[in-house]
Formats: sequence, structure tokens, C-alpha cells
Amino acid sequence: MSRRPEPAQDQDPVREHLSPARALEIDPLIENPDTRIVVCCGSGGVGKTTTAAALGLRAAERGRKVVVLTIDPARRLAQSMGIDSLDNTPRRVKGIDDSAGGELHAMMLDMKRTFDEIVEAHADPERAAAILGNPFYQSLSAGFAGTQEYMAMEKLGQLRSRDEWDLIVVDTPPSRSALDFLDAPKRLGSFLDGKLIRVLLAPAKMGGRAGMKFLNVGMSMMTGALGKVLGGQLLRDVQTFVAAMDSMFGGFRTRADATYKLLQAPGTAFLVVAAPERDALREAAYFVERLAAEDMPLAGLVLNRVHGSGAGRLSAERALAAAENLEDSRIVDQPDGKAGLRNSPDTYGSSESPARNVTDGGSPATEDAEGAAPEDGPTESTEPTAPDGSRSVERLTAGLLRLHAERMQLLERERRTRDRFTALHPEVAMTEVAALPGDVHDLAGLRDIGERLAAGGTELPGTA
Amino acid sequence: MSGKGGTGKTTVAAALALALAEEGKRTLLVEVEGRQGIAQLFETQALPYEERKIAVAPGGGEVFALAIDPELALLDYLQMFYKLGSAGRALRKLGAIDFATTIAPGVRDVLLTGKACEAVRRKDRGGRFVYDYVVMDAPPTGRITRFLNVNDEVAGLAKIGPIHNQAQAVMRVLKSPETAVHLVTLLEEMPVQETADGIAELRAARLPVGRVIVNMVRPQVLDAADLELVGSVPRSAVARTLSSAGLGGARRGGHAERLVEPLLAQAEEYAERYALETEQRAVLADLGVPLHELPLLAEGMDLAGLYALARKLRGQGVS
Repeated sequence: MSRRPEPAQDQDPVREHLSPARALEIDPLIENPDTRIVVCCGSGGVGKTTTAAALGLRAAERGRKVVVLTIDPARRLAQSMGIDSLDNTPRRVKGIDDSAGGELHAMMLDMKRTFDEIVEAHADPERAAAILGNPFYQSLSAGFAGTQEYMAMEKLGQLRSRDEWDLIVVDTPPSRSALDFLDAPKRLGSFLDGKLIRVLLAPAKMGGRAGMKFLNVGMSMMTGALGKVLGGQLLRDVQTFVAAMDSMFGGFRTRADATYKLLQAPGTAFLVVAAPERDALREAAYFVERLAAEDMPLAGLVLNRVHGSGAGRLSAERALAAAENLEDSRIVDQPDGKAGLRNSPDTYGSSESPARNVTDGGSPATEDAEGAAPEDGPTESTEPTAPDGSRSVERLTAGLLRLHAERMQLLERERRTRDRFTALHPEVAMTEVAALPGDVHDLAGLRDIGERLAAGGTELPGTA
Repeated sequence: MSGKGGTGKTTVAAALALALAEEGKRTLLVEVEGRQGIAQLFETQALPYEERKIAVAPGGGEVFALAIDPELALLDYLQMFYKLGSAGRALRKLGAIDFATTIAPGVRDVLLTGKACEAVRRKDRGGRFVYDYVVMDAPPTGRITRFLNVNDEVAGLAKIGPIHNQAQAVMRVLKSPETAVHLVTLLEEMPVQETADGIAELRAARLPVGRVIVNMVRPQVLDAADLELVGSVPRSAVARTLSSAGLGGARRGGHAERLVEPLLAQAEEYAERYALETEQRAVLADLGVPLHELPLLAEGMDLAGLYALARKLRGQGVS
């Protein structure tokens, strides 16, 4: 990766103060044997899954026994890790460097399967069959709002209690409200614990015969109202379901609480993943605040897809002006039809600096007189194509400059967005991951991301 | 309007609402995910659960916006159909509202789509539709079919009763030719894949697929001929050209010379991206759905940019 873009030099002293107080150092985090769970959260489309997978791979290649729980990986990434078949159990990932004694396992969450397994584990076979066949259960488990979040946390709890891995890296579902995975267990827990359940359970427990008589008026009004809204038959399905699940509720509640506590425990580290875009960082700020409010241990922010430039000292304005210079000279030359011929010696061979004619002067031009002298072979070899060649080289160079100007504008925009976040949350450690031109879908790509993750925290400008 | 997270579906939905409102039309932009993305986009305060005018389109059209809160929508609905004022409050106390809007299968989605469909069908006293168009900023592509089809699912679950009837009515609107599900994507592998999957799912559920809108398309700076040259051009020639443009010495170690490698590296990254984008464009073209492109706004998204995107959509005949 010799061409890896370096973060541009920070030339603005005021801006420098806005650099995060702390760099997020990934390696100490994932190497620390006390770190048992890393949760990657963030809004959709910021590279959460890739970050989780890259962290897992890096930790494994540094000697830890890791399992990565992903929610919805890109197909090719899943294939490369050998988890494209949904069987809801961790699979060992082949092809990693295990010389440090580590292992990488990965799994893709199957929501319905996870729910089914809980039911099967906690109810006798007959009751389990009744629950699994209940239409209400079938739609609930197939993924309505909140189920995925709950099941991800449930699976996390399961993996943790098996205690087979040193480190569990979790990717969180792309929630509508980003922290649903925190809320869902509580919500489900309080629902299952709540009065409503008892209301719903009442008629079923009474056996429905003489039972109705003993129901108090308030309760029958509630079931009546629910029945009106949902339809009597659906309500009966719900009641049957709730009755069948009754024995498991205590368990649900306990597990939800345990998982929640597990997330607050010292062995857990939350990483908020974002991209340097306004919306993603706004979500990230919200996450940071929510995690703090819930006493969840935040390790830092991973800022993905940050652009850099190896030519950061050439500003967008100068690059554009130079591009215009080149393009103007082309337009001026074209009418006489000899542009190529005339331009060719100027650009390629002549020791007379064309800069003097083309630019408005300025000190760099003087220096060019020598600079324009032929240096070596390549220049000569292009001579035959010079008539078209010089024009196309000018065109290309103008294009390169425009591309660079665009890059610098992007850099500036990203920096402003990042600084806004940093100003709000200077306490949050940050690592930046340089953008890749394409998608990642193999272990080599993940390894590369892992390196960028680890290096990004230490290369930040202004962090001593 | 749906799309993978991060593709800018809220922005495109808002731009479409603006584009549709031109020439005196009235559109309603509906938000269902409780993010207040519309308010941020139009630079207004958080939207309450009521329809309110948020923009005026060129030609005198109006855009209204509504952020649907499922809890309030349910109480609304109970009130409307059953006059359950106090019982509604009691239900909330019991956690039943929470239950119904978050955990009960699909009730939430029925309420959200139901409210939108109500706005679609609403007429004023003169019998004219109150809104010419309703644009919904819907859940992401991965969930859209389930979201829209939830009414079918609930209609199957609740075989009788008001929810059943409501669900049936909603499905009739959603599957009618007056509805179109547009998908927003980027020219990147995952969003394009998700768009292809989403279209297949929508078609399987017989929901009407509209158009694919490729958002944030970057301008073409280098063409194929330029890119070919990137690999073969002598470094010194580029250095001299840079120098001739006033960027310092072309000599080894000179300012211009030191720019060559980084600039060519950026061009190579561009070439790689260009190849990927070409590939993704081909995938999209095979979907058999009308394609539209919206440019990446160099200055980032703001209100002026939104109007610019609306003009683009209109120019491409989307509205």
C-alpha cells in the first residue's frame, strides 16, 4: 500500500485545537485479554459490518480466539468468510494467519432460528411445538420491529455464556432508531413482565368456561378493546401464545437483564462507527450521548472512508487555476491546427520554458527553465506520438488537477464535519480509516482495513 | 421511496415531493421512521404529528410534511373508530400501546401505511383530492417489502375485525397503479445488490416497482482515453505539463515533479472506482426499471441543493 493516501497536513492552527484529545488505539483494545466483547454500532451504510469483521480478523491474527457475529453482511464478504449459509452457528474461518495461535469464527444471525432455539430450550417438546406452530409467534419471530435487535443481543448472551471465545465482536442491526438493540430487550422484558400479560393471560388461565364471571370489569374492558382493534381471532392467538410462553417469561426477563448488564460490564467496549458525512456523524453523536446515558462503556469512534491526498499542499484553488491554464492554452492553440506540432517541443523537449508563455509568471516559472530539460528515456520514446500525445497529456494533466481539486474540496468538507463532531464530543477517542476505492470482499481486504484501523488512531494530525 | 441506509432516500424523497409540487400541485411528504430527517433537510424545527406546510415549490405548489408517530396514530385510530378516549389512556398505562406499536406483529406498520393511505384518499368538500401526491420516506430496501406487505400478512393473521378491514383497504391502495415504489441507490456494490434483491421481492409480492434513482453520482473528470493514458504516460511529461501550468519545477525533487506520483495515484483510485461504477451501471441497466441519476452535490446537502435535485428530477421526467 505504498500509495495509501496520507491524512492531509493540518495547516490551520485553529482547527488543530479541534482535533480529538485522544487517539483511539485499536491494537491495545483488541489485544487486551480483559476485552471480551466489542460492539460496533452506527447508522446504516457506514461500514459497520466490515469494521466488525476487520477487527475480528486482526484480533485473531494477533493470537486471540475470536467470534464475529454479523447481522447482514454483503454476500461476497460472507462468502469469503465461509458464512454465507445461514445455520446460526459460528463457523471457523479458514485462511487466516494463525501463527500467533489465534482463531477466527464467524456467524450470521438467523433471527427466527435463534428465537426457535430459545423456545426449544425452555419448553417441553409438546409446548414448544404449540408455540412454534402459533401464527402469532410465526410472524413475531420472522422479524417485526425489535425482534432482530432482541435476538442479536440474545445470541450475544449465548455466545458469551459458552465461554469458548476470548473475544466476541458484534455487529448491530441497521435499526430505524439506531439504539433499538439497547431498547428492545428492555421493552420486551417490561412487556413480558407487565400487567398487560396478566390481562391477556387471564381468560386463557380461567379456562374460558365459568372463568369470565370472575374477571374484573376493568380487565374485560381491556381485552374487549384489544379484541376490537386486533380482531377476536388474533387476540385468541396472542392469548394462546402468551399462555404457552408463560413458563418462559421469567427466563426471558432474566436473560434480557443479564444481557443488558453484560453490555455495561468492564469487559465490553462499544465502538461507534461513522463516515465523515453530516448525517452519519449526527447519528454518531446521538449514540455517544445515549451510550453515556445508559452507562455503556464507549471505547471510541471509528471514522470510516476518510479521504486523504498525497498532494495535500496543493490547494483546490491552485489546482483548478492550473487546470484552467492548461485548458486555455489548448483552446488558444487549436484554431491554427498546428497546436500539436507547436506544442510538442514546448512541452516535451525544448529547454525554453513554456511556463513563461502560458502562466502569468510567478516565481515557480523561472525555476522551470531548467526543470523542463529532458531527463531521460521516456521523454524521447513518446516523441513519435507527440502531435496528439502532447495535447492528450495536457488534457490528462488538467484532468488530474481537476480530480485533485475535487479531492481537496472533499477533504475540507470531511474535516469540517469531523471538527463539528469533535467540538461537541472532545472526550471521544477517534481512529480514521482511509477510504478505499472499491468494496471489501476478501480476507486480504479485511486485513488491510484492520491495518488502517490500527494506524488511523496514531496518525491523526494534532495528536501528540 | 426506499433505498439502502446511507443512500440518501430521505433527500431524494424530499426532492421528489418538491418536483411533484411544481405548477401548483400539492404534495405530502410522509416520514415513518421517527428520525426527523425531513425537518433537518428543510431546516425547520422538529415536525409534530400533524401535517404542516414546509416548502413552496416553483410555480406556487406546496409541500406539506407529516412525521407519523405510531403511538399517536394508534390513539388517533382508536379515537376515530371507537371513541375510546379514556380507555385509550388506560391502554397506554397498561403498556398495551407500547405493545401494539412495537411488538405486536405488524400493527405498527399497518398504522404507518394506513395513515399514509388515508392521506392519499382524503378529499376536500368539493370532492377533490386534498393531496395530488403523497411521497413516503419509507423503511430501507431490506425491509420495504415486508413493511408494505405487512397489511397482507396482518390481513391473514387477523381474519376478521377492523384491523383486517383496514389492512385490506391499505393493500388495495398500495397495489393499485397509482402507487410506485422507487428505490434509491448509489453506484456501489452493496446498494446495487440490495436494489436488485428489493426489486425481486417487490415483484414477487406484486407491489408496483417504480424507478431506480442513482444518487450522489460523481462527475466524470477523466474519460476512458485519459484513464488509459494514466498507466502509460511518462512521469516527466506530466511533470513538465504541471510545471508549464505554473506549479513549480519539473526537475527531480521540484514542486511539480513531486506532485506527479500523488496525482497519478489519485487517478488510479479514480480508475478503479470508474470501473466499479461502470460494472454497477450495467447491473442496474439489467433490472428493467427506468433509471435516473442525481449528481453528488459538491457543497454538501442544503436547501438550495434540494431544490436543485428537484429540478433535476423534473428535468428527467420523473415527476
